[in-house]
Amino acid sequence: MSSTAASSSPSRGEVLLDVQDLSVEFDTEAGRARAVDGVSFSVRAGQTLGIVGESGCGKSVTALSILRLLPQPMGRIVGGRILFRGQDLVTASEDTLHQVRTGRIGMIFQEPMTALNPVHRIGKQLSEAILLHSTVSPRTALEQSVGLLKKVGIPSPELRVSEFPHQLSGGMRQRVVIAMALACGPDLVIADEPTTALDVTIQAQILELMKELQDEMGMSIILITHDLGVIAETCEDVMVMYAGRVAETGSVEDIFHRPAHPYTRGLLDSIPRLEFPRKARLRTIEGMVPALMDLPAGCRFNNRCPYRIDRCTAEAPPLAAVAGSHRVGCHRWRELPAWQEPTA
Amino acid sequence: MSGPLLEIRDLRTWFPVRGGVLLSARGQCKAVDGVSLSVWPGETVGLVGESGCGKSTLGKSVVRLVKPTAGQVLFEGTDLASLPGRRLKPFRREVQMIFQDPADSLNSRLTVGSMLEEPFLIHGIGDESSRREKALELLRIVGLPPAAIDRFPFEFSGGQRQRIGIARAIALNPKLIICDEPVSALDASIQSQILNLLLDLQERLNLSYLFIAHDLAVVKHVSDRIAIMYLGHVVESGDAEEIYRQSRHPYTRALISAIPQPVPRRGSYRQILSGEVPSPIDPPPGCPFQTRCPHVQAVCREQMPPLREVAGSGREAHAVACHFDL
Repeated sequence: MSSTAASSSPSRGEVLLDVQDLSVEFDTEAGRARAVDGVSFSVRAGQTLGIVGESGCGKSVTALSILRLLPQPMGRIVGGRILFRGQDLVTASEDTLHQVRTGRIGMIFQEPMTALNPVHRIGKQLSEAILLHSTVSPRTALEQSVGLLKKVGIPSPELRVSEFPHQLSGGMRQRVVIAMALACGPDLVIADEPTTALDVTIQAQILELMKELQDEMGMSIILITHDLGVIAETCEDVMVMYAGRVAETGSVEDIFHRPAHPYTRGLLDSIPRLEFPRKARLRTIEGMVPALMDLPAGCRFNNRCPYRIDRCTAEAPPLAAVAGSHRVGCHRWRELPAWQEPTA
Repeated sequence: MSGPLLEIRDLRTWFPVRGGVLLSARGQCKAVDGVSLSVWPGETVGLVGESGCGKSTLGKSVVRLVKPTAGQVLFEGTDLASLPGRRLKPFRREVQMIFQDPADSLNSRLTVGSMLEEPFLIHGIGDESSRREKALELLRIVGLPPAAIDRFPFEFSGGQRQRIGIARAIALNPKLIICDEPVSALDASIQSQILNLLLDLQERLNLSYLFIAHDLAVVKHVSDRIAIMYLGHVVESGDAEEIYRQSRHPYTRALISAIPQPVPRRGSYRQILSGEVPSPIDPPPGCPFQTRCPHVQAVCREQMPPLREVAGSGREAHAVACHFDL
């Protein structure tokens, strides 16, 4: 292992992952599409960063880029750096990447059935993950697998190790995937819509589990979701993405109590909330997300923004510092009316 | 009209589970098992539950996309559940359906225009030019440009396709629309547009909705009354606001508590259920929620609690299927 990607655990609050000016392009039938355009963010040790946005905003592509798992040969990183504990993963060798993937960063996907191999027993798949990064005997690996299953709250783990994925419920399968991601004792877990395919009561269990495990093991989490509720309840830091760019980033309080970007405000306004009066019309964001091949010039939100001025169609807004870590990509953020918590 | 538009009485939709060499029926999957509910003119009844609870099967049973095993589906007094197929046709005008994924429910080979004209053709209404006129009118009502008429479904985004699905559903002036997860495949900013459209259409056309969804926040927002389903049964029903403010069933409470709210750091006082949902094939005797209920007692494992009225009566009743007053 290289000296920069140290094997010691990072200290809490230290910057673990620092993504700088990341750009990703895809070759499509219609030409080259820039799915991620100049995105920067960082993740501190022991903290959870939420990345939120609608379909096609680039949140999943950003996550895949970190582990260099972009679909080949269509997708590639065309600019920027991904510094993981000081080491740039964009230029890292396959060997180093392998070490990072198997020993440092775990990944959880949306649909556990596709992440698990249907023809292998749970225990075998977990042992495989353990054996990738340590030199224990297969028997010890299987024992550790039982321990991992127990840790993620699977009842009778000693029986479950010899079962196949289809014998488990969706929630239990996602627990197995979490156990796999944790097998290497990672510094960072990237969870891409980990609860979207689950029922809301099961989702609550899984989010609670991830929080408990984080408290216990101290890993950082990047949680990618379209659900602002999930973000609010689990994250310390939030990045809102729109059409491949960062719209706004800050602490969870910044984003939910002091949103500065018209898009963030529009999203928060458009969710029906339990305390709203019945059948009140919801506020909406007019229009729809532009296609990646057909992005407007200037600010990418300009065709839907109620505050658009000429400047918005002429030049892309830089990320401006609002206060502390709170940053917003809007020309007019200082002039917007004060934010009011949504009431219908 | 003084009575309910739709009255479902003790509806059961069971599917045979086949296995073995000869594929003989080995058991019954009791997807819907004794559900009663009514929808009155102009109101929205929300049907909430998690995957596999039978809510979609219930919706499909009402429009006879599946045939119920037992019970009645009374639409303005006529029992649709027992009606032979050919006599259902007039009722298909009155009861329409909107599906979750409009990409699947729209025929990809037809232009939007021919899709919207089809209901009129089937029911022999109007001539060629008046049908086209109607299609354009429908597009305008659901907020799509006239140019959409000659395009194909794949040329539209998810939200626009759902608008096409809605246009098709309202084409024949139905009285009742079954909305099966109409916004769950859509992004947040589009979801609110479609919900507003459904609310506007209801007001304008005096529609009734049976609104089926897993998202209680969405259902509560659009519904006058709500029924909560669990494993084929209604476990609680009543006024939408009352269900939210004064839920009586432990499952409803857990469901409300589990909804992630867009308010930072609320997580600490949420109630987390443990246990697994039993299979609807050979469910355990007694209460369907017993395996996950924090208040479970011996009686819950033996007797099925009936849905009993705890406040109000008739249409205004708040009913709950639990042995206890929690």
